[in-house]
Amino acid sequence: MTRTTVPVHLDINGDHHELQLEPRVTLLDALRDRLGLTGTKKGCDHGQCGACTVHVDGERVLACLTLAAQVEGRTVTTIEGLAREGEMHPVQAAFLEQDAFQCGYCTPGQIMSAVACIREGHAGSDEEIREYMAGNLCRCGAYPHIVAAVRQAALEVQS
Amino acid sequence: MRDFDYIRPATIPDAIAAAAEPGSAYLAGGTNLLDLMKGGITSPERIVDISRLPELNRIERLDYGGLRIGALVRNADLAHDSAFASTYPAVAEALLSGASAQLRNAATVGGNLLQRTRCSYFYDTASACNRREPGAGCDALGGENRLHAVLGWSDACIATHPSDFCVPLVALDAVVEIEGKKGRRHVTLEEFHRLPGETPQRENALEPGDLIVAVRLPAEAASFSANARYLKVRERTSYAFAVVSAAAALVVDGGKIRAARLALGGVAAKPWRARSAEAVLLGADANEASFASAADAALADASPSGDNAFKIELARRIVVRVLMSALSGTPERLPALPASPFSNIPGVRHDA
Repeated sequence: MTRTTVPVHLDINGDHHELQLEPRVTLLDALRDRLGLTGTKKGCDHGQCGACTVHVDGERVLACLTLAAQVEGRTVTTIEGLAREGEMHPVQAAFLEQDAFQCGYCTPGQIMSAVACIREGHAGSDEEIREYMAGNLCRCGAYPHIVAAVRQAALEVQS
Repeated sequence: MRDFDYIRPATIPDAIAAAAEPGSAYLAGGTNLLDLMKGGITSPERIVDISRLPELNRIERLDYGGLRIGALVRNADLAHDSAFASTYPAVAEALLSGASAQLRNAATVGGNLLQRTRCSYFYDTASACNRREPGAGCDALGGENRLHAVLGWSDACIATHPSDFCVPLVALDAVVEIEGKKGRRHVTLEEFHRLPGETPQRENALEPGDLIVAVRLPAEAASFSANARYLKVRERTSYAFAVVSAAAALVVDGGKIRAARLALGGVAAKPWRARSAEAVLLGADANEASFASAADAALADASPSGDNAFKIELARRIVVRVLMSALSGTPERLPALPASPFSNIPGVRHDA
């Protein structure tokens, strides 16, 4: 069955893109396969791992469970859009300083989730960080360092 | 994922007309539907994106003391609405115990009611499943079924409803507001979801085109705010569906129970209101012995559907514990691990 494509206007990291997409294309696939923004990772593609976490209108969501057409007219931020004028975001810097990864595959999702976690005010204790970062799995098991990085970045953002 | 036509209607009547056509499905947050479509468990030919319909994302206080929650209010927004959380603490706690922060930012009130079972045989299109394909049989019977239903199941289907949110809602007499081709109607949440019987594919009271527009809480639901909790046992600390969960709400006066609400999650194909247990509690002394009697009443009709007899005893203990938690009072602040049995560590202060 041949279906028509639909025009989708995407605002990604401040850049405007006009795409013709099949409606079934997810935001994740549009980012990676159409726009070459491969920082957002495809882990499970079923909303279970958090590797594809991006911000839509400033809030963290899963790009694999979002159709590209659903974010038409909304503002999307990916890991590529986090640094400012070559300066790493404090959460990126904290992940480096705390060695908060091993293979690195989950890291973009962890960082996007952590930025939102801190902004939401859910990084007040290690217990709270663990709970509000629970949607991001790390198969290398770097969790203690991830918690340390989020704790450090939260303190820096507050000060 | 099979391809589909995508439409974004501007009004509720336009949405209902489009969705009444065979092969249509509403799309709101998409957190369950898109996953089902990727796996070929459901393959709609037309997606009706309702996520931008006006008027469905409001929380409104009603004149007579009730509350009306628009169907597109997101789980996170509802749980973090401070007036809502302080008035209906067990509902907020249930919401925050479900899924992850990312999913709660997308998932909606209406979609939560309509999420499908997480039975792995339902998800595996190579397995027999009467719910997915009527008459095909049920591979969960005699399969890996330790997490399946212990109440209200049939030989056709032993799946459970996965919602946390619906458990305190059904305890608080929530009502589903539905708009369809014939106008608007109200159905209690207790009647909204169906037990499987011989027709597990018929999961709820919706007809083709019907749209959930809101969930209402009656005025009385606010009277339990001082003694209401949700407790959820999971196979890992967080980000998992309930093995067994329970919502309890009490009004206690002079050591006697003046009003009681109790519902269970993870045990049946619908959020399970335990009315027989409520009858035991009403007028009884507010203590552990009464709660144990209530737990026995709640599980009196339970039976294992496979390798899951442990859930019956687990549910009894969770009922006693959630009632004890409700009796000791709604905490000023939700625990850092909402609804977790590992949250109530004496002397430890939690910030949420």
